Amino acid sequence: MTILEFTPLVFVISMAAGYLGALTGLGGGVVVTPALTLLLGVDIRYAIGASLVSVIATSSGAAAAFVREGYSNIRIGMFLEIATTFGAMLGAFLSSRTPTSILSIIFGLVLLHSAWQSSQRHSESPTNAAPDPLASRLKLSGSYPEHGATQQYNVSSVKAGFGLMFGAGAISGLLGIGSGALKVIAMDQVMRIPFKVSTTTSNFMIGVTAAASAGIYLSRGYVEPGIAMPVMLGVLAGSLFGAKHLIGARVRVLRWTFAIVVAVMAVEMIVSGMGKLK
Amino acid sequence: MSNWNDQRLERIISVLLRTGVILSAAVVLLGGACHLVRHADDPASYHVFQGAMPEYRSVRGIVHAMGPSNCRAIIQFGLLILIATPIARVAFSLVGFAMERDRTYVVITGIVLAVLLLALA
Repeated sequence: MTILEFTPLVFVISMAAGYLGALTGLGGGVVVTPALTLLLGVDIRYAIGASLVSVIATSSGAAAAFVREGYSNIRIGMFLEIATTFGAMLGAFLSSRTPTSILSIIFGLVLLHSAWQSSQRHSESPTNAAPDPLASRLKLSGSYPEHGATQQYNVSSVKAGFGLMFGAGAISGLLGIGSGALKVIAMDQVMRIPFKVSTTTSNFMIGVTAAASAGIYLSRGYVEPGIAMPVMLGVLAGSLFGAKHLIGARVRVLRWTFAIVVAVMAVEMIVSGMGKLK
Repeated sequence: MSNWNDQRLERIISVLLRTGVILSAAVVLLGGACHLVRHADDPASYHVFQGAMPEYRSVRGIVHAMGPSNCRAIIQFGLLILIATPIARVAFSLVGFAMERDRTYVVITGIVLAVLLLALA
């Protein structure tokens, strides 16, 4: 294949991945890597390098909108970013020392988990549990707009949440994804932060986490301009379309269809990784 | 300093993020168009990992290789702008927290910024 054939093809695939990622809430990165490796046979290290870069683009673009609307909590984000950035550096370091077959299998497992999580209907967990003393010291509690009123919330289990965030950062650095699903679990399920605040703050943190591993990816040659260019532009364009579409109706059917597509890709990643093990 | 509150900080961060992404996408698009024209018939051999060329692996190398005749360096430079965007956001938050005289968060933000700069060095 020549550059003239390859580049538009990668652009279109990345656009579809970005669209799907925004619609399912999985993020573009988690979809684009299996698409590139399974459909075009691109080496997984090039794919995760390009995907990581596109993750910074989509999360920064989306975060710009959320921050203005007052959902994300800058203090929670900044405090937890200590954990995610250290985790991301560890993950990126391990990434270059892990055989591609193992990377592929771990990727499949993480993808499977994200697909399952995104297909679950979210039930709002009871908020305003007793605040963690550490949360008060760090001024983590906040408020967000809901139905025209201001909703207050507290934050609990700060240490457990911080530990989980380190893990989320390590997965992000290892696989070149945003690992938004894990970040949301840490905030929503463990720290009892309202779902809307968790998802938008997670999005806000993804760019910073990815920037921490980007330097290491760059120095290892994972960020190849010929691939990163169409992937970044494609995922960004696709996710902008996806975000617009989210507001429209009939999203549930689409979400389900996509969750199945993602699950199939996850299994393919595991199978292809297993095949290369020997 | 009383008008330096979290809301104002958040608004400025929002503009900063958007500007970074748009600027980066524009530079990458420019480099990409140039890359497509110059290398249209070259084979796309990304099945086997060789790694990006050494000059595209560091900030210094990319800036050094930049020029109208080096399309790939333009793409990498655009990607550097993108990587710098969240870092600039953290740096800006540091200034904001300092203005609010919030010592705890100046320290927290300082740690995050140090990790980010270390990773890119």
